[in-house]
Order: sequence, then C-alpha cells, then structure tokens
Amino acid sequence: MKKGHILGLGVIAIAIVIIVSSIGDASSYESFSTAKAMAQEGDDDPIHVVGQLAKDSMGTVTGLEVSDDKTSFTFTMVDNEGTSQQVYYNEPVPADFTRSEQVVVIGSYKSENMFVADKILMKCPSKYQETELKEASL
Amino acid sequence: MINTFIGNLGHLMVILAFVSSLITAYSYYQYTVVPEIEKASWRKFSRIFFYIHAVSAISIGVILFNIIHNFRFEYFYAYSHASRALPVHYMISSFWEGQEGSFILWIFWDVILGLFLIHTNKSWEGPVMVVFSLVQAFLVSMILGVVIGDLKIGSSPFILLRDVANAPIFQMNPDFVPEDGTGLNPLLQNIWMVIHPPTLFLGYASTLVPFAYLMAGLWTGKYKEWIRPALPWTIFSALILGMGIIMGAYWAYVTLNFGGYWNWDPVENASYVPWLIIVASIHTMITFKKSSTALKTSIVLIILQFILVLYATFLVRSGVLGDTSVHSFTDLGLSGQLLIYLFFFMFVAIFLSARAWKNIPTSEKEASVYSREFWIFIGATTLGLMAFQVILPTSIPVYNAIVESFGGISNMAPPADQIEFYTKFQLWFGVVLALLTAVGQFFWWKKMDKKELKNALATPYIISLILAAIIISVAKVWNITFMVIVMAATFTIVANATILSKLLKKSTFKLAGGSLAHIGLGLILIGVMFSSGYSDVISLNMSGLTYKRDWEDELNKENVLLWINQPLQMKDYEVVYRGRNKKLEGVPGYVNVNKLESTDNVNEAIALEDINVNGKTYHKKGDKVNIVLEENSYFEIEYFKDQQHQFTLFPMSQPNPTMGLISSPDSKHFLNKDLYTHISAINSYDDPEWGEDEFYEVTPGEQFHLGDYITTFEGGEVMEEVEGVELEEGDVAVKAKLVIQDHDRQIHLDPIFLIRGNRIGKIPTVNHDLGVKIQVDNISPETNQFVFKANNYQKDYVVMKALVKPYINVLWIGTIIMLIGFGVAIYRRYDEFIKMRDKGLE
Repeated sequence: MKKGHILGLGVIAIAIVIIVSSIGDASSYESFSTAKAMAQEGDDDPIHVVGQLAKDSMGTVTGLEVSDDKTSFTFTMVDNEGTSQQVYYNEPVPADFTRSEQVVVIGSYKSENMFVADKILMKCPSKYQETELKEASL
Repeated sequence: MINTFIGNLGHLMVILAFVSSLITAYSYYQYTVVPEIEKASWRKFSRIFFYIHAVSAISIGVILFNIIHNFRFEYFYAYSHASRALPVHYMISSFWEGQEGSFILWIFWDVILGLFLIHTNKSWEGPVMVVFSLVQAFLVSMILGVVIGDLKIGSSPFILLRDVANAPIFQMNPDFVPEDGTGLNPLLQNIWMVIHPPTLFLGYASTLVPFAYLMAGLWTGKYKEWIRPALPWTIFSALILGMGIIMGAYWAYVTLNFGGYWNWDPVENASYVPWLIIVASIHTMITFKKSSTALKTSIVLIILQFILVLYATFLVRSGVLGDTSVHSFTDLGLSGQLLIYLFFFMFVAIFLSARAWKNIPTSEKEASVYSREFWIFIGATTLGLMAFQVILPTSIPVYNAIVESFGGISNMAPPADQIEFYTKFQLWFGVVLALLTAVGQFFWWKKMDKKELKNALATPYIISLILAAIIISVAKVWNITFMVIVMAATFTIVANATILSKLLKKSTFKLAGGSLAHIGLGLILIGVMFSSGYSDVISLNMSGLTYKRDWEDELNKENVLLWINQPLQMKDYEVVYRGRNKKLEGVPGYVNVNKLESTDNVNEAIALEDINVNGKTYHKKGDKVNIVLEENSYFEIEYFKDQQHQFTLFPMSQPNPTMGLISSPDSKHFLNKDLYTHISAINSYDDPEWGEDEFYEVTPGEQFHLGDYITTFEGGEVMEEVEGVELEEGDVAVKAKLVIQDHDRQIHLDPIFLIRGNRIGKIPTVNHDLGVKIQVDNISPETNQFVFKANNYQKDYVVMKALVKPYINVLWIGTIIMLIGFGVAIYRRYDEFIKMRDKGLE
C-alpha cells in the first residue's frame, strides 16, 4: 500500500470520528413532556426547549421569582405544546427577559418538577415595531 | 421636511453601479477573447465602465453616510441605526450596522482591489476583471431594491421610513419626520466596532483576488501561472481576515459579558473556517512554487475558501441560523439571492476546473516521508479537518431547513455546550499543527534524511522540554492535556526561533515570514490554554444562604450582590461598590452622578458642585457640562487587598429601552493576567416607590436609627440664602444637618425648613444611593426638637461577576507576531510577482 493510501484512510477515519461525534453531541429540540420522559429514562443530556413566558390575561409575565441575593431566579415557561413548566436559572435575570417574545432554554430536568437551564436564548421583539415608532415620535 | 432627492440619487447610483458592472463584465470578456489588434479599444472601453462603476459605488456610500450624518430620519436606515446622541465615530459604526451598509462596504473594498489590480497587471487584467465585475453585479444586486411583481431583488438602504413602517402617523401626515432615531446597538458603541467590520470585510473581499486569478488561469489555459500573482493576495487575505477576526474577538472580550473572547458562535465560526482554508491554501501554493506538486489541491482549496466566504455570508444573513446565534443579522429576505450567488460561482468554478482537470500538470512521484512536501501536505490536511470539524455542526440549522423544505421534520440542535464541544477537537488539532510546524520548518530549508533530522531537532527538542518544564512548574499546570499543549507549543516556538536566527544570519528578513507566523501559533496556543483553561471566577457567592433545593448545591453561584459601600470578600480581594458615574466630555476619568443634574437636552447636565480631578477644576458649580452618551452609567467598584486600595474598575451598563440592560466589562490589566469585572444586574433606574412615612423626633446632638443607618443630627442652622428660593424680609430658613454613617462613608443630608409668616415650606433631600428621602416635618422651638419625616427605598446595588484570565497577553502577542509573519511573507511574494512581471513573465 502506498503512503498516499494510508494517509487517505487516516483522513477518512478522522472525518468519520468528527461526523459521529457531531451527531452524538448534537442536542435536540424537545417539548417539556418529551424532555421529562428522557429524564425519567436516565438521559440527562441537555436539550433545547422553545416556548414563551407564562403571562396573565393582561400580558404581564407571571411566575417570575428572583432569589434574595438576586443572583438566580425561577420562572414559568409554556412550551409550544402548551405545557407549563417551572424553570430555574442560575444567573441574574437578563434585563430584557420579560419583554422576550420567545425563549429557548438549554438544560435538563434536575428533579421531578424543576427544569434547570444552563443557558437561555431570547428573541426580543424587533426594534422597529409600530408601538416603538409612536413612542419615539411623541 | 422630507428630502426625497438624496435617496433617489442614492438609488440611481445603485442602479448605475449594477448596470455598469454588467457592462464591464461583458466588455472585459470581449477584451479577453478578441484578437490582439482589437484589444486596445476594448480595454479602454472596459476601464471607462469600471471607473463609472467605481465612482457610482463610492457615491452610494457617501450618500448613505450623508443621510446618517445629517440625521435624515425620514430614511429608514438612519432612523433604525442612528440617533442624535451619537458621536461622529459611532455614526461610522451606524453605517455598517445594517446589512445594506455592510454590503456597501464589501462593494467598496472590491472596487479598491479592482482598481489596484487593473493598474498592477498586464495580461491578467481582462479575465480577472470579468470575475470581479460579475461578483460586483451580484453584490450590488443585494442592495438594488427593485420589486417586479412578487419578486424582490435586493434591499435598498434608501427607502423612506413611511414606506416601511405602517404607523398611523403617516396617514395623518405623510411628511412626518421622527425627532430622533432608535440609535445604534449599544454593544456596537465601541471603538473596535468602528474598525473591525471594515477589516473583516476587506478580508472577505480580498478572497476574491486569488479566486479571480484561478478562474482566469483555468479559463485561459494558464494552469500553473496563476499561482504567482495569487499567492501574495492569498497571504493578504489570511492577514486581513485574521486581523478582522482577532479584532472581533478582542471587541467581544472588552464589550460582551460572556467572559471571553471566543464563544464558538455560528457567526464566529463562519469567519474562522474560511480563514483555516486560506492558510491551508497558502501552504500548498508555496509547495507548488518550490516543487511543482499540490497544484490540484491548491486549486480545490482556493475555490473552497471563496465559496466558504459566500457560505458564511449566507449563514449570517439568510436568517437560517435563527435562534442559534446571538448576533446574526435580521432576515431581509435575501436568502434566495444569496444562494444563487453561491451556486453560480460554485458551478462556474466546478465547470472550469473539470474542463481543465486532465490538462493540469501533476507530479507522479510519491512524496517521501523525509520531504517537505509530505509534511506540508499533512499540515494542510490537518487545517482542512479543523475546518470540517467546525463547519459541520455549525450547519445543523441548514440541515434542519433542508429536511423541512422537503416536508420532513428535523429537531437537531447545535451541541448544548459549544465551547467544550469544539475545544476538545480544535485543541488537539492545534497540538498537531504545532508539532508539524516545528518539524516542517526544518524540512523546508534543508533536504533531510533520518539522521540529519535527528541532529537538527535534538537541540531545539531539549531546549523546549526544559522550557516547558519551567512553564509547567512555575504556572502550576497539573493537567495532562495542558502539559502536552505547553510542550508542543514551546517546541514549535523554539524550533522556529532556531530557524529564524539562522535565516537572519544568512540572508534577509524577507524569508522570515514562515517562522514568525509559526512562533505566533505557539504563543497563541499557550495564551488560549492559560486564559481559557485557567480562567477563574473569583466572584463566587459565599453568602451562606440556605439553599431551597438540594440540587442547587452542585451549581456554582458565579455572581455576587454588592450593596453600596458594603465591602465583600472575594477570594484575594475585598470589593466595595461606590455608586454610579458618568463620563464627561473633556474631563478625565468618571464623575459621580450625585454631582450632576441632567437637563432636558440630550447628553447635557448641570454640575451641582465643582468638578475636580487630580487637583484641577474642570467645571464650576452651576456649569453646563456635556455627558458622553448619557445612557451609559459606569459603576465604581473598588478593589482592596489587605486593607490597601489596589485599583478601581468602572464596568459600564446601559438600560436600553429596546434591548434591556446592556453591560460592558472593565478589566484591570496586569502583565501576567487580566482581572475582568462585569455587571449582571442593577437596581432599577425608574422613579422609586417610596416606603411608608416614618417620623423621628430628635434633638441636636442626638443619634438615632434611620432605617438601618446610624444617623447623627448635628443641629439646625439658620441660612442667609436658599438655592432656588428668594428669601423675603422676615423669612426664616433652617437647614437641619444630618450625618448618616454607612460603613466607612459619611453622607451628609441637609433638608431645609422655611417659615414665611404663618406658612411653612419643606425642601426634602433625596439620596438615591442609600434610598432615603428625608424632610423636616416640624420644629418645636420650646423643646428644640426637630420632627423628621423619612421614606425608604432599596439602597443601590449591583450584581457582578469577576474573572481572572491568566496570561491573556501571550495570546494577543502571539496573534500580533503571526500577523507580522504574514506581512513579511506578503512583501516577499509580492516582490517576486513584480520582478517577474517586469521581466514580462507575468
């Protein structure tokens, strides 16, 4: 076998390792119910859940509790299937948190009824909404 | 009054630039294919049209800047990216905050590069400029803003606000112009954001140059000759793109608060991957110049780096990344157009190379293990694998989009811990690269066999082991992986330094580019390893609060709550928060907000007392002063060690009406580490909701508890004049002097009580730092007793995080050395090109 072939095989082998690990380490988008099922089966890999903050009829965010030392908080999130879930986050409340239209939490269930987020991504309303424009033009 | 003229002029320039680029492409094509006798006139014609293109492209930029600079908020671009409070240098950032502006920047750089190439090339001008003009046509089409039926081509930066926003105000008054714009994203209000985008886009734009030479070579049958002119430009791309990436990383480090310089965000990855491929292609191209091998690999890599830049553009701008990236652009509906752009050049490149493939010379002989070709090839392969490892998971949102477009469902998400995921591969690849660069350089400068290699490598190997041992024991690197990194990095530094010293002795500095760049790589590895691997959160929360839930035990609390004036021990340091500050124009340092009272005008305040810095008075009491960006507050954090004040940091925070709290860290830079501090949460800026009225009856000299504070009432004082009130004959004004002791600080509060006839007036004093409002409610002259009414509110606080980043300076030094290495190499290769061109052997 020529050196070129060995080299080629080596490259292919590494490429396969990379592909397998990318698939293996890739997370997935889940709902709270599937995430809970996963946790009960002992699979505690962090997953992504997309949803919104729980709001009352007035549109005010409900269920937001900040710890006494203000360095962590819990909130209630409703996923796209409509399941409500309390989520804990070990960081101070991000300032635009209550304004977010959509929240993605990355984490897993640490106990029966508490989802612990390692990271929160927020999608905030576009800067250029009509209401904003009215505010700006006053 | 709406100025529609300037926007129409801008739009006209866009159309002119688009049409002229198409004409230039056609005429340069003619120039390339026509017989020699007709060439002169075609060339003249082509150049004229390229100049027209250049002038119109530059005008687009000038006009857009004029719209921003003159606050023409009737235009959507100015309204959404600028505001009156911005200083001029940030208006430049406003220019490229939006997608359209950044496309204009890209177009501008292509124009400059094109003009340069026209005047430095002879035979290459025609075919190279055809590729250039076609690229320009695609780029300009992105800002064309033409709508034909349902088809929208490009997004114009010159559209009026009233055509975009359907706010009711425009129905009442179509000529309505907003008072102010929504402003620049505060995260971009940083000096690095003024220069990072142009550098990055010059990097992106310059990848076109080697690609254009390659296409020209494949087209006109110069399968080998394209390498010489393309090589210095490829190194130029590596230099500029590398510089742009590092500036972005540095910006992230000093502005964003994730506590690092690199986050493996898809947007960062999208610029890193093409850079790796560019570096790989430099290596195969110089191998080809030396020994006529690796030509086909070079061709593939040059195509790949250009396509990857377009792919990166697609990822960042099409909206496909969605919620996986924190800083991608908003979707302007250009995805289809970007894909056409990408596939057009991909197919052209594949077609031209496939057509020429069997005519491209290859070397038949197998490379020996002791040849430089072999080692360089392995190096290029490693770089390619690094790029592959990054681009694969970064593209996960693209797979989801593809599967969904075929009606399937895909719920793949990027790895949850991106930093860990990418690092575990990239770090080991880095080690391999370091070893290869150490050994490879010896092969490069000398023909070697087994024995010679041993001799040559023995000394650097031993020196580097000793050096590594010293670093490991001094810096206490007790982790196996990190030890390997230190050894590999010192090995490449020592080996390349050996080569460098030999080269400098024997010949000129011109040849030093390679070894310099490789020394830089070694330093970067060490710097990254220390600053990330040994990054230490010192703001651990030791408040000893009982945890409500058992699983919280495993979580580290990495933020601490600091009440104003109340010291807190944080590992080696004791920290105290001292209040909010502003930055004033012309005054060094920061000024406490209690010394300022803001006026109704933007960025303007009145000094409530003299403003002295280092014994010099900058403003007198009552002066109007100018604040630099009023929204920004700087939180004064003092660091103490053994009761001695060490330094003070001023991390910035801005409560932004549209984006929430925006924070930028402040760092204390030591030679061997950075101490990085950033604000995670602050007390509300709104008017406080004062607590219940509390009354205190006190006689002068008495001490009492005002809420939590020990307060001394020193006594009353009759005043001759009161600020803001004209005293009349017979009026009595009494100032009550209160001193509050808050830890080591004494705060004086002086509420005033006025008596005029049988009416009384009370002027309360408010202290926002302590959250106290107090007034004299009554005075009974018989008992000499004062009645105070007080309201409390939460005292001021910050929640902050502090990290120590050891040896981060090694990383910055390493990148600078690497970039200098690229610079030296450009000089050498460009010089070669010029000499050969002048000999007529272009």
